[in-house]
Amino acid sequence: MFVLHMDTASEHTPSTARARSRRWAQGGSAQAFGAALLAAPLAWAAATWNTAETPRGTPVAMARSGAAPLPTRLSETGLYVAGSTTVIAPENAAFVPQYPLWSDGASKRRWIALPPGTQIDASSRDAWVFPIGTRFWKEFSFGERTETRYIERLADGSYRYATYVWDAQLGDALLAPEAGIRGARELASGVQHDIPSGSDCRSCHEGRRSPVLGFNALQLSPDRDPLAPHREELPPGALDLPELVRRELIVNLPAELLEHPPRIDAPSATARAAAGYLFGNCANCHNAEGPLAVVGLDFDQAVGAEGGHTRLATSVALRRSRFRLPGETASFRAVPAQPEHSSLWFRMQARDPQNQMPPLGTKQVDAAGLQLIAQWISHDLPAPPPSTQR
Amino acid sequence: MNQSIISNLALSASLSVAVALAAGCANSDSSGSPTAAALPRTAAEAILPEAQIARGHHLVSTSGCHDCHTPWKMGDKGPEPDFSRALSGHPEAMQLPPAPAPQGPWMMSAAATNTAWAGPWGVSFTANLTPDRETGLGEWTRDTFIQTIRTGRHLGRGRPILPPMPIPAYQNFSDDELGSIFAYLQTLPAVKNHVPEPLPPSAPVAPSVKLSKAEL
Repeated sequence: MFVLHMDTASEHTPSTARARSRRWAQGGSAQAFGAALLAAPLAWAAATWNTAETPRGTPVAMARSGAAPLPTRLSETGLYVAGSTTVIAPENAAFVPQYPLWSDGASKRRWIALPPGTQIDASSRDAWVFPIGTRFWKEFSFGERTETRYIERLADGSYRYATYVWDAQLGDALLAPEAGIRGARELASGVQHDIPSGSDCRSCHEGRRSPVLGFNALQLSPDRDPLAPHREELPPGALDLPELVRRELIVNLPAELLEHPPRIDAPSATARAAAGYLFGNCANCHNAEGPLAVVGLDFDQAVGAEGGHTRLATSVALRRSRFRLPGETASFRAVPAQPEHSSLWFRMQARDPQNQMPPLGTKQVDAAGLQLIAQWISHDLPAPPPSTQR
Repeated sequence: MNQSIISNLALSASLSVAVALAAGCANSDSSGSPTAAALPRTAAEAILPEAQIARGHHLVSTSGCHDCHTPWKMGDKGPEPDFSRALSGHPEAMQLPPAPAPQGPWMMSAAATNTAWAGPWGVSFTANLTPDRETGLGEWTRDTFIQTIRTGRHLGRGRPILPPMPIPAYQNFSDDELGSIFAYLQTLPAVKNHVPEPLPPSAPVAPSVKLSKAEL
């Protein structure tokens, strides 16, 4: 084993490391030159990895090309009535997904705005098409308003993502830099809430059929799951499927989805809630059609499809996991009756960046979600027939 | 392995890694534009798989990939990459004692194979880049590979890629160059080698996981 020397990471930035490399290249020994070049990427990576600094910089919109720049203040995005940062504009409708994403206990409020006279096209029941100009807002509060995320569908059909960070003194929220902000707020001793970067936004939102994750037929079903962790009460007038129809905000929604609202097909209440939790928290990456389809882990749920839980169980029960639990030479995604030997459960209870799932957007374990998954694996996840075990 | 061999490995490996990474870094000039583009390249080359693979081979050979992703062994003239296991990552069977804790100015250490690295981030193990479907990049797509480098995240959206992988340097590669690298990697002999998961800094030893009855 050998040990390499480098200066403390905090002294380095990419530019200073490169400058030092150049200096050594000009006057230093070959070994020093090599060490400098080695130190540059390592120092940058280590600094990036561990920094607790708040890299506040010039706000840069997380925008695709061709669109007007985003407003620098949230109050200018149309969320509130003019002159206010508390009164929601009447044209913006609240909604609450039945399986909310865990966000370290943040309380959240969400709104959608469609351009006047436009409607959502629900022809594809699992991938609604939103009109150009559709906007979404999601407000995160940890005791007080911390950030409000924003999604907008642009004229070319693409989506852009932004985050506005609340400034209590200003009474408004300001557009965050593309790189996000590390350590924007302390959640607990030594645990900081990060404002996501543009890359983080795209990683989560662009991994499946629609970049809009919490506004779909299953999430807005009036047949809401009473066991969903962190379920929220619907505020008055909140959108669900009947309300969308009543307000004529949607077209081509199959009538059967109103007669028989979407509900995950599962053999028990726990299985339904577990499948819903995994749908709401994991299916944005782990599905059968996005870039991670190669992993073969599918937490998606198709509206109205039979066997939703069966498909999920087939995807995890005694299926070999590429991830190996510490001390194991072979691990499974889920071992029926043994959550502690299931990589699914293990990675959910981890909160180190190397092992944790989800890898983004959370620094604290979701105790309620974890308990639900443990109960599901313990009691409601059937073992597949031996011939199908892989 | 005795101490003198370890010392030799340390010096030679550190020099080699530094030089290799220097080669990697040298793909970008100070303006950030990729100098590898200076290689002869025509429109025809861009679409011919053979040319793409050759270009990928060149980039892999000049960007230091072997220095960490190919395990090192002791050769007649000192430590050298073991090309019989080219780009197959940290050897699965290699048993390592706990890494020394980062202390003072000595922040990082590496195993003699150059495939396991310890530092403030924990312990990282270099990936198997061969096209083995189960343990390497066999199931990956070109786009997944590009996004991994672009985002610095496993599979483009998972855990962070850890040091010493020089992600910032490699982010200077164009999509074409990364696609060429991927095309070349897919031509390698597949090596079945399940690289261990990285270890977090707080848990150098496998944590004991037990559920209470209340949780069940």
